[in-house]
Amino acid sequence: MAKKFKVGVNSAWCKGCSLCMGVCPKSVLEMSDRMKSTPVRENDCIGCRQCENICPDLAITIKGGEDDA
Amino acid sequence: MPSAEVFSWLRTRFMPHIWCPGCGHGIIMHALIRALVGLKKDKTQTVVASGIGCSSRMAGYIDACTLHSTHGRSLAFATGIKLHKPSLTVVDVMGDGDCSAIGGNHFIHACRRNIDITAIIMNNNIYGMTGGQASPTTPAGAWASTTPYGAIDPPFDICRLAEGAGASYVARTTIANPKQAETFIMNGIKKKGFAVIEVVTHCHTQFGRKNDRRLPLDNYNYFKAVSVPLTKAKTMTPEELAGKLVCGEFVNKDVPEYTEQYDKVIEKAQRR
Ligand SMILES: Cc1ncc(C[n+]2csc(CCOP(=O)(O)OP(=O)(O)O)c2C)c(N)n1
Ligand code: SF4
Ligand code: SF4
Ligand code: SF4
Repeated sequence: MAKKFKVGVNSAWCKGCSLCMGVCPKSVLEMSDRMKSTPVRENDCIGCRQCENICPDLAITIKGGEDDA
Repeated sequence: MPSAEVFSWLRTRFMPHIWCPGCGHGIIMHALIRALVGLKKDKTQTVVASGIGCSSRMAGYIDACTLHSTHGRSLAFATGIKLHKPSLTVVDVMGDGDCSAIGGNHFIHACRRNIDITAIIMNNNIYGMTGGQASPTTPAGAWASTTPYGAIDPPFDICRLAEGAGASYVARTTIANPKQAETFIMNGIKKKGFAVIEVVTHCHTQFGRKNDRRLPLDNYNYFKAVSVPLTKAKTMTPEELAGKLVCGEFVNKDVPEYTEQYDKVIEKAQRR
């Protein structure tokens, strides 16, 4: 069963650097017209947390996937 | 890693931080905080010292016992703190200029003494804060504001410098591998002795834009492309390794630690 993850972006801290969009293997994130990272395909998120760890502004929080091994 | 724990180590009132969008220093700060959380460190018993530079701003953002000291001299301050109270966990965060130019002398002697401090060197190959002047780690041929015809000085290899000077733990990674940075920082903090973790990062603002890596992602991709794990590097020829960045743990040894040696001196002096 596919696990569901919540991709939270704190837009007050996001500086629109694009790093998270570049590292996401599932193209979950896109830049909004206000130059903020936005999870547009949250359902595709596999919870790898690469975006969370690469964000220099600590603006991303991945939640969920409790049944993950 | 539950983010609530990471956030508890941040002075959120100073966020968003002052670093440029995409600056690698923030990635390293996040890795350091995850390492401190992973090791279950106590904020009141953890010191983060820094000098001056964009990188050194880090001490202001981490909610521990922090000290933002003077350019190149943070290891002298950190040494004093550690000697006064050896039970503290002391982490010293530095830029490449801070560590290997003005602070080079403090750096080699801290390695030689093997005092139990973890030094994190954020090597962005440039003086970011002051306008992109060449640093001792600017690669030969690279462009900086003080090398309008390209740098001619051979650069320092910070890890080899630390190894030669006697540090008991020496490792290198890049911001393109934040999990590895977290692991190496953890191992460095666990090490009883002087630990050096060089995290190669980018200053796209001052260095990248002059050297064909304008965007944070260009730098990320570049680091991914040139990184070679130490185990693989051992099977490669010097020609194959040209232009590559070897990442891994170069030194992990147990040698007498300075504050323990110093305590023995105090004991001896008090006995007579
Ligand atoms: C004694 C002294 N000399 C020079 C300076 C000016 N200065 C401030 S930061 C800096 C270099 C910063 O480069 P680095 O340590 O590599 O850090 P970065 O900004 O790249 O993160 C210099 C030369 C200073 N503040 N104090
Ligand atoms: S990495 Fe962080 S700061 Fe950069 S665009 Fe993504 S969320 Fe924003
Ligand atoms: S956790 Fe992984 S898959 Fe999910 S948004 Fe982040 S990088 Fe993409
Ligand atoms: S000038 Fe360079 S080192 Fe300083 S915050 Fe900007 S990108 Fe980072």
